[in-house]
Amino acid sequence: MLMTRFLDNVDQLAREVPNRGSLAVPPDYSGCAMAAVRALIRRGARDLHLLGIPQLGFQGDMLIGAGCVSVLEAAALTLGEFGAAPRFIAALKSGAIRMRDSTCPAIHAGLQAAEKGIPFMPLRGILDSDVLAHRDDWKIVDNPFTDDDPMVALPAIRPTVALFHAPLADRRGNVWIGVRRELMLAAHASECTLVSAEEITDIDLLDDERYAPGTIPALYVSAIAAAPNGAWPVGLAGRYPPDATHLARYVELAQTEDGFRRYLDEHVFDANANAGVQA
Amino acid sequence: MRMPAFRPEELLIVTIARMLDGLRHVAVGASSPIPGAAALLARQRCGDRLHVSLLGSRRNNAFTDGGRELFDCAAQGRIDAFFLGGAQIDGQANINLVGIGEYPNCKVRFPGSFGSSYLYFLIPRVILFCLEHSRRVLVPRVDFVSAPGVSPANVFRPGGPYALVTDRCVFDFDKTTRRFRLASVHPAETVDSVREHTGFQFDLPDDVPQTPAPGETDLAMLRGAVGEEIAEVYPAFAARVWSLETVAATPRPSAGNQP
Repeated sequence: MLMTRFLDNVDQLAREVPNRGSLAVPPDYSGCAMAAVRALIRRGARDLHLLGIPQLGFQGDMLIGAGCVSVLEAAALTLGEFGAAPRFIAALKSGAIRMRDSTCPAIHAGLQAAEKGIPFMPLRGILDSDVLAHRDDWKIVDNPFTDDDPMVALPAIRPTVALFHAPLADRRGNVWIGVRRELMLAAHASECTLVSAEEITDIDLLDDERYAPGTIPALYVSAIAAAPNGAWPVGLAGRYPPDATHLARYVELAQTEDGFRRYLDEHVFDANANAGVQA
Repeated sequence: MRMPAFRPEELLIVTIARMLDGLRHVAVGASSPIPGAAALLARQRCGDRLHVSLLGSRRNNAFTDGGRELFDCAAQGRIDAFFLGGAQIDGQANINLVGIGEYPNCKVRFPGSFGSSYLYFLIPRVILFCLEHSRRVLVPRVDFVSAPGVSPANVFRPGGPYALVTDRCVFDFDKTTRRFRLASVHPAETVDSVREHTGFQFDLPDDVPQTPAPGETDLAMLRGAVGEEIAEVYPAFAARVWSLETVAATPRPSAGNQP
């Protein structure tokens, strides 16, 4: 029985993300479904609770700038060597979004708790930080096996949707992510996993020992849409590098609201730009 | 012996590499070309007996279990040294990666705490690194504690601050007094210039040496294999530092040692 649905394009994939739901997406170095994120902006997604796995890059800045996000939970939002994330900073300043500052392992641990079906995960560190002081959903608990050993308990994080881009999917709905196993974790933890795939292969990924260990079984995958070059412009490790010229242009335009709108008009709303064809 | 000419970046790289001698595993986070080069140099210095995990690298990053593996590895004590920066660092070694002003309404907002709130507790030798040694960055008290420098006695904390390396000097951190102590000043800097540009109080030994200059062997390794390896992750940095003519470290106009 085929459980995973195959959709015609990223716009159909974007319709699967409900407004007001929580949406988990990876950082720029993992597999970013950039074409699907542009489709989310085109469809006017609203009030998303955006979760970084565990931090965010360009897709976070774009979704925030386009007004799709009301709450952001992440360990950081960074454009790396391209500098500060302009729409993120502007939205925090104007109050358009509320940020729940976290730290990388706390997000991994919350997802692991959801993966195990347990209510929380304890973790070392974090104590006496202002990150903890501003998180009323995090608790300090005592190690039950010894005396006087405080630890932080992080509640399970169960995203409504995980959305990412993978190099390969097969026709049964299995998705190969290789060493990017935070995507496996996100798929295990989320109610629904949406994948854009660089390529859909005729082989069964689980039949091949070289692919099977890095493959998310179809069991966890709700829907897949083929999207060649779907991680442009942030790039996909092992396939194609970031388009540094385009990313620099984004940062330049996104410095102002008007410039950002122009970027959206040229690269998100213009149907011809959607192919993500690199120069 | 005539001192070899070196760039300021090379002095910092070699200074940090010396702090990594004898370790088993050094990890380096994102956006850290100088610590990254230092880790690779330390590996060369010991004939490859050091494991280096450079986040962002494909060649020098052996993690295969996703984003959490670095953190799990640290919690088990499998990482000996790591590097953290800060938009602000204070005299108790608290670091702030979040923002200036009263959180959450920060006047200036930075990307966020990343993994600092956790790794600072667990990695024994956390080297703080700051390329803008000024009263703006080195403050009496940080506006937001992404990660505290010290913890109460009952908190499990095998890790913490080991040193603070800046573009002007090196401080050691004394866990007993919970204060920084000036360990050495870079060429063209003095105790007074460091004091002038540091917003927190620190301890001062009777004699503060100059930070030792890089030796010929270290410089040769840096300009050879290390430069090539770090270029995989930081091409712009490698091009800027090593494709240019190497020049002697020159005094900074703002060094504050002018009469």
